[in-house]
Amino acid sequence: MNKVYADAKSALAGLLKDGMTIMAGGFGLCGIPESLILAIRESGVKNLTVVSNNCGIDATGLGVLLDSRQIKKMISSYVGENKTFMQQFLAGELEIEFNPQGTLAERIRAGGAGIPAFFTRTGVGTQIAEGKEVREFNGERYVMERGLVADLSIVHAYRGDTEGNLVYRKTARNFNPPMATAGKVTVAEVEHLVQPGDINPDHIVTPGIYVQRMIHVPNATKHIEQRTVRKRQKADAPAGTGGDI
Amino acid sequence: MPWTRDQMAARAAKELKDGFYVNLGIGIPTLVSNYIPEGINVQLQSENGMLGTGPFPFEGEEDADLINAGKQTVTELPTTSYFNSADSFAMIRGGHIDLAILGAMQVAQNGDIANWMIPGKLVKGMGGAMDLVGGVKKVVVVMEHAAKGESKLLQRCNLPLTGAGVVDMVITDLGVFTLDKSGGGLTLIELAPDVTLDDIKSKTEASFKVANTLTQ
Repeated sequence: MNKVYADAKSALAGLLKDGMTIMAGGFGLCGIPESLILAIRESGVKNLTVVSNNCGIDATGLGVLLDSRQIKKMISSYVGENKTFMQQFLAGELEIEFNPQGTLAERIRAGGAGIPAFFTRTGVGTQIAEGKEVREFNGERYVMERGLVADLSIVHAYRGDTEGNLVYRKTARNFNPPMATAGKVTVAEVEHLVQPGDINPDHIVTPGIYVQRMIHVPNATKHIEQRTVRKRQKADAPAGTGGDI
Repeated sequence: MPWTRDQMAARAAKELKDGFYVNLGIGIPTLVSNYIPEGINVQLQSENGMLGTGPFPFEGEEDADLINAGKQTVTELPTTSYFNSADSFAMIRGGHIDLAILGAMQVAQNGDIANWMIPGKLVKGMGGAMDLVGGVKKVVVVMEHAAKGESKLLQRCNLPLTGAGVVDMVITDLGVFTLDKSGGGLTLIELAPDVTLDDIKSKTEASFKVANTLTQ
């Protein structure tokens, strides 16, 4: 079976429906599947529930789907950097379900692993636990949270082989691997597309079983939200870049 | 004189022990990394999926794939490891992180903390704060003692909670308090230079004891 598609539009063909739930990887603008997000905008699909830690920034990342009013509901942990989000939320045009970041990540991991619910200490005694079952284990109180699955997951990886085996780069990994497991269909965009055998099997982070379709994005634009630097002192050597992936 | 932001960060850095894995929040807690005592090695965790977070990059060496939880560009160290968000919070929730240092809007004498929303104002979300306060072994709050003349150290928080009964220590510009979450309440253990016990009493709404060993 060929998993590799020519472009984002063809990779998403037949997968998009109004009212569907989409998981989108990334933390801030780091490791976001931007080509796939742009193709979703072009498709015009609407009333989306989007599960993503953040919602991009204005006009970038998932922010473009806010501008085009394609999102009905966000399930996120933090949406602070987005004015359009706040305007639509205050106008009652957008729903938000805030999840603690670790609870969100675990809900996705659990969903992908076939676990319908789990108990966590996070949020006990706060409004996050209101209306949810709280149970005591070993003298501590825990709140029940539900596993999450999506109709479609879109993820960004650094390198992928044509079998869908994926490797990520640095902190661009973030939510991408758990989301790849929790989509009924997962579409991956990869910066470097290689042949089976080119990636050391010991280094594969997402096994290809989780990836149904993929595209090659050799010139992916990357964005920096907070550019923070320090001045170079004479004695300083260049920063280490670590080993090759 | 009350402590400056940097002096508060330097005081918080004294809570670091050799070999600790530490998560630093945004704001004053971030400054703590500038005051890690000589001979103490700690690994900083960024909850977006990195252990062993290095300093900001030199100009021109920024990498969009390498950021901390504040979305700032950072660098990697020889000790660095990367992992996904679910693993990152397994590390936090599972009690493997020794210490979290974070800011707050309010802390109560029972260990409750509020730092994620003000009703009626724009809500940005809690990010990883609820997981951190609920999961790490020790929670140290660094905050101004008062905001707009109102004590931030209270009998009870009146803002929505981030965590209930989770704070172990509070460092403000006026002094340092330990907090016994199992009912012992707040104890003042240190005063900032030239701050008197009467000053701090007049600016604190919470009830607190004073340690026999109170230092200045």
